[in-house]
Amino acid sequence: MATWQLKRETRDNLIQAGSTVANGKVVEVRDATRLLEAILRPGDRVCLEGDNQKQADLLSAALLAVDPAKVNNLHMVQSGVVLPEHLDVFERGIAKRLDYAYSGPQSARIAMMLFGGKIELGAVHTYLELFARYFIDLTPNVALIAAVSADRDGNLYTGPNTEDTPTVVEATAFKDGIVVAQVNQIVDKVPRVDIPADRVHFIVEAEKPFFVEPLFTRDPAAITEGQILTAMLAIKGIYAAYGVERLNHGIGFSTAAIELLLPTYGERLGLKGKVASRFALNPHPALIPAIESGWVKQIHSFGSEVGMENYIRARSDIYFTGADGALRSNRAFSQTAGLYACDMFIGSTLQIDLQGNSSTVTTSRIAGFGGAPNMGADARGRRHPSEPWLKAGQEADPDGQPLLRRGRKLVVQIGETFGEKNVPLFVEKLDAIELADKLKLDLAPVMIYGDDVTHIVTEEGIANLLLCRSSYEREQAIRGVAGYTDVGRGRDKKQVEKLRERGVIRRPEDLGIDPLDADRSMLAARSIKDLVHWSGGLYTPPSKFRNW
Amino acid sequence: MENLSLHHPTRQSAVGAKKMAIVGVVASGNLEVLVERVLPDHECLVEIRTAAEGFGEVWKAVVADFIERYSPGGLKFSINDGGARPDAVSLRLAQAVRLMEEEQ
Repeated sequence: MATWQLKRETRDNLIQAGSTVANGKVVEVRDATRLLEAILRPGDRVCLEGDNQKQADLLSAALLAVDPAKVNNLHMVQSGVVLPEHLDVFERGIAKRLDYAYSGPQSARIAMMLFGGKIELGAVHTYLELFARYFIDLTPNVALIAAVSADRDGNLYTGPNTEDTPTVVEATAFKDGIVVAQVNQIVDKVPRVDIPADRVHFIVEAEKPFFVEPLFTRDPAAITEGQILTAMLAIKGIYAAYGVERLNHGIGFSTAAIELLLPTYGERLGLKGKVASRFALNPHPALIPAIESGWVKQIHSFGSEVGMENYIRARSDIYFTGADGALRSNRAFSQTAGLYACDMFIGSTLQIDLQGNSSTVTTSRIAGFGGAPNMGADARGRRHPSEPWLKAGQEADPDGQPLLRRGRKLVVQIGETFGEKNVPLFVEKLDAIELADKLKLDLAPVMIYGDDVTHIVTEEGIANLLLCRSSYEREQAIRGVAGYTDVGRGRDKKQVEKLRERGVIRRPEDLGIDPLDADRSMLAARSIKDLVHWSGGLYTPPSKFRNW
Repeated sequence: MENLSLHHPTRQSAVGAKKMAIVGVVASGNLEVLVERVLPDHECLVEIRTAAEGFGEVWKAVVADFIERYSPGGLKFSINDGGARPDAVSLRLAQAVRLMEEEQ
């Protein structure tokens, strides 16, 4: 006789097996590995929670300690490959296949292991793509997650760094999977319920809090005059020109410079209240002066940022907070917000080619995508109009029938023509192509495709790719802002001057900006300490950013 | 270390009367520019001592654009470079010319 509840029965049996090492739902740290051996079967799909910020580090270590004779060939489906343990499980044969989104600090080792055949790669995704696949063809059998606290029933408090947890738990718990949470402490009553108890099957109380990386803190002291100049160009030539109110910023120094120029340069241009008021953005400390000066109306966040907890709590008019007063972040919702409700993405990259394709891959590193491709892409399903979106659409297709013409999201790449160690930002051919050849990938890992990019901003000027009418014009527009790189020096000077006359390229002087005015005294805060002062002492930076 | 000496004729002499100025600092990724009003009115000399080797063509391009744009006749620039990016070089040279515009 056919049975239609096989998976549920299997799950219930595994939970029962796991319960032999648990007291209710609570499992001692020393029994965490035994628990995993009881609930995991060879070949299971496992989500080991980790992204670019928080990590289920205790459960990673527990998984690494399982007997590979009992647990092996796992298929890891997780946002971040960040901790060494995330790759050690492949070395030990516990895991075999990998689908992921981001691998920042492990990017070199992951490339080496892929090349050496230690890892069978499914695909590298964006966050939103991987989350989507959790509900279609990559649903986890077991999720190993991290939370701040739990009560004995299993209600979880994830605190400001909620991030991916609701999405991972939704996909796992409602499709006959098992959810194991490591928590910093077990309490009588959680401050707020982020994950209800009936979705959580086991809890392990860790001896130390889960690891969180302060990834979004940029020290204003390190911002250069070149970055200030590009920031001024972006504010006057793009924010003001399109009236961009709803946006997302990348994490680089150029966008940190923009955040710190809003209350000074932006104020002088009379832009307050007209631009940069609603964000899909992590709690960037560099945005504190703009918030304090009344620029920002609302921010929804993917995750939190170490040291910003008290500031966020005290500024609940701006941030999303829970009944306990602390931030509630949610990566899936914030990514969706960035994709559908923001009119602009602006961020940095490592390499841009002659058609505007960009990549953060170098020949020996696969850093993954994270969220940038979703932020930096036109949402083809978008239907609501807004002024910047319509204006960008009009620039791209001036002869189109206005009532049938799609708008365009502004996708802006900003950077200095030469990056760290004088490495040029502009290249004839992306390293990503060489890497794809080497690893026999079907697709080169392109962060943002050229046909989504609308503007490139460097210290030499702004290239508006919406106004280019041929791939040759596009190439010359890019060369025309590529400075003294080989790509820049390879420009057709006459063509570049023509593009400038048409406003496709705009130099600082075309915008009334004197490069000599790009001075650090224009930054609303010139150090981390200044940010602390702006916050009235509410921002408490992690020690690595303190020099006092 | 690499030394470059770039000599250019200029359309005009530099504005101002200041004899000498210094801008920037020698640090990694930065540079120091000493500028002196010691040459005939329609000549300019840029002497470069740089920690980064193999960027001769880029220096020539940066300096040629600078001379074209500012016409700094009569000025001698001595650059002590700590591996600055070309945009930083352009900016420091422009800052040096502005300082020389002062009367004394």
